[in-house]
Amino acid sequence: MRQRRISGIVHRRGPRHVLMRGLLFAILLLFCAYYLVPLVVMISTSLKSLAEIREGSLLSLPQGLDFSAWATAWGSACVGVRCDGLEPYVWNSVLMTVPAVAISTFLGALNGYALTKWRFRGADWIFALVLFGAFIPFQVVLLPMARTLGFLGLAGTVPGLILVHTVYGLAFTTLFFRNFFIGVSNGIVQAAMVDGAGFFGIFFRVVLPMSIPAIVVTVIWQFTQIWNDFLFGVAFTIGDSNPVTVALNNVVNTSTGVKQYNVDMAAAIIAGLPTLAVYVIAGAYFVRGLSAGAIKG
Amino acid sequence: MQSANRFGARLERRLPQLVVSPLFAVSLFFVYGFILWTAYISFTKSGVMPNYTFDGLAQYQRLWATPRWYVAIRNLFIFTALFIAISLAIGILLAVLLDQRVRIEGVIRTIYLYPMALSFIVTGTVWKWILNPGLGVERLVHQMGFESFSFDWLVNPDYAIYTVVMAAVWQSSGYAMALFLAGLRSVDDEVLKAAAIDGAGPWRTYTGIVLPMLRPVFLSTVIILAHLAIKSFDLVIALTGGGPGYATDMPATFMYAFAFQRSELGVAAASATMMLMTVIAIIVPYLYSELRKTAE
Repeated sequence: MRQRRISGIVHRRGPRHVLMRGLLFAILLLFCAYYLVPLVVMISTSLKSLAEIREGSLLSLPQGLDFSAWATAWGSACVGVRCDGLEPYVWNSVLMTVPAVAISTFLGALNGYALTKWRFRGADWIFALVLFGAFIPFQVVLLPMARTLGFLGLAGTVPGLILVHTVYGLAFTTLFFRNFFIGVSNGIVQAAMVDGAGFFGIFFRVVLPMSIPAIVVTVIWQFTQIWNDFLFGVAFTIGDSNPVTVALNNVVNTSTGVKQYNVDMAAAIIAGLPTLAVYVIAGAYFVRGLSAGAIKG
Repeated sequence: MQSANRFGARLERRLPQLVVSPLFAVSLFFVYGFILWTAYISFTKSGVMPNYTFDGLAQYQRLWATPRWYVAIRNLFIFTALFIAISLAIGILLAVLLDQRVRIEGVIRTIYLYPMALSFIVTGTVWKWILNPGLGVERLVHQMGFESFSFDWLVNPDYAIYTVVMAAVWQSSGYAMALFLAGLRSVDDEVLKAAAIDGAGPWRTYTGIVLPMLRPVFLSTVIILAHLAIKSFDLVIALTGGGPGYATDMPATFMYAFAFQRSELGVAAASATMMLMTVIAIIVPYLYSELRKTAE
């Protein structure tokens, strides 16, 4: 009897067990609904016509599959004064995210490797100094960054945002790879050194191929962070170079004309779809990034 | 020939430092240099343009004489306290329930955690629609027959900050659940076995034995959530725009408004420095203890 109880609240048989088990699932499913309802509302609202929205309720399902709000959000919704929809801004986000993720991940791997497998004097100090950059409130760098971007001629451009995201992503990517390489045996590196391989030889031929899991975690983390960023986008870009998060906020807050809630929701789905898709496809790696981002040391 | 070889060998030996030095330089300039610049500007006469004339604590006096700053601080306290307390409560509850050998745990966990993958702007947009006075929840309850129900928190200056809490909890409580579930999984089965042999019931086992063992998880979860709260900017902008008026301003939105809309660089820099100090007070002792733990 007692043996059965070891790893759970309810493990006894009988009606009490069934009741408790039922209660457990009821609570778990209730919370599933709590997290899912906003998503359902978002999708169903985006498929309704404005008349349906005004007559129906939040939870009523659309009468048919009307994708016209999606077409409007993608191609002709007004973002500020320009009415070309979200499409150009989605491309801005892609052009910004891909290079920033690639560069910051590669440099993070290289630095994490140098800091852990070639432990020189002061390596831990440098790491601690760099790590601090992952936790500062970015408000403290906004003003000097705006001036630096202006000085470099990158103010209000997508390359400017690539620079910003690379620079402030480095602390995280270095952290991820350092934590990964600490768990990798030094013997492999030493064996390669005995074979005459140098710093870069070992990095590209030995270390990098075995860090695929760390690379996947880092890429997903950086992709999510950079795609979802709003602060840098709104502070350092204007109009045409806005990333999609800033454009979405502008669509929602455009005050001219009738408020098109269905278009707002379709625009929100378009902006959220890439990171959501990555989460659904590679959820396990996303969760690992979250716990690594929790500074597990 | 010989000397070239020696040079090569020395370069090879110094290569790791050489590779790390750009990272070091970037960090010195873009993190520490920028922080120093902002901190210095907060002690100058800077207004619309940076002005490097030293002016003592004048900007801090102006900041602390601004009613809007007090609203931002008050909101930060309300938001942080509620956000952390509710997220922790939901996170612990769900983690403990999911730890009861639930067969479809993977699916449920995926559902609980997906809001973390979304941008706060997306979350804000959706909740703005759900909480819409007139067409949102209010209409829903009216249609259920409660005609006198009124729910205008989103546009009510006294209650708008609580709508930000609602949306933030929805987005981040799954994260707290994931951290606690990982903690629960690290508790040794032997502990549970010993508790069962001692005749401890499920409630006693968790409140008396398991949860106290998770104290480090509590600490890191609170710190992560507090860190998120202090930085919260996107969600406020998307959900309420800081309004009505400036009723839902937080330090992050305050700083942005003074830096980029009102062009009062000195006050903006002073508020950013205050934010940094708050984060340092929370994060540095924590990082120090974490790094020492890994060093051991």
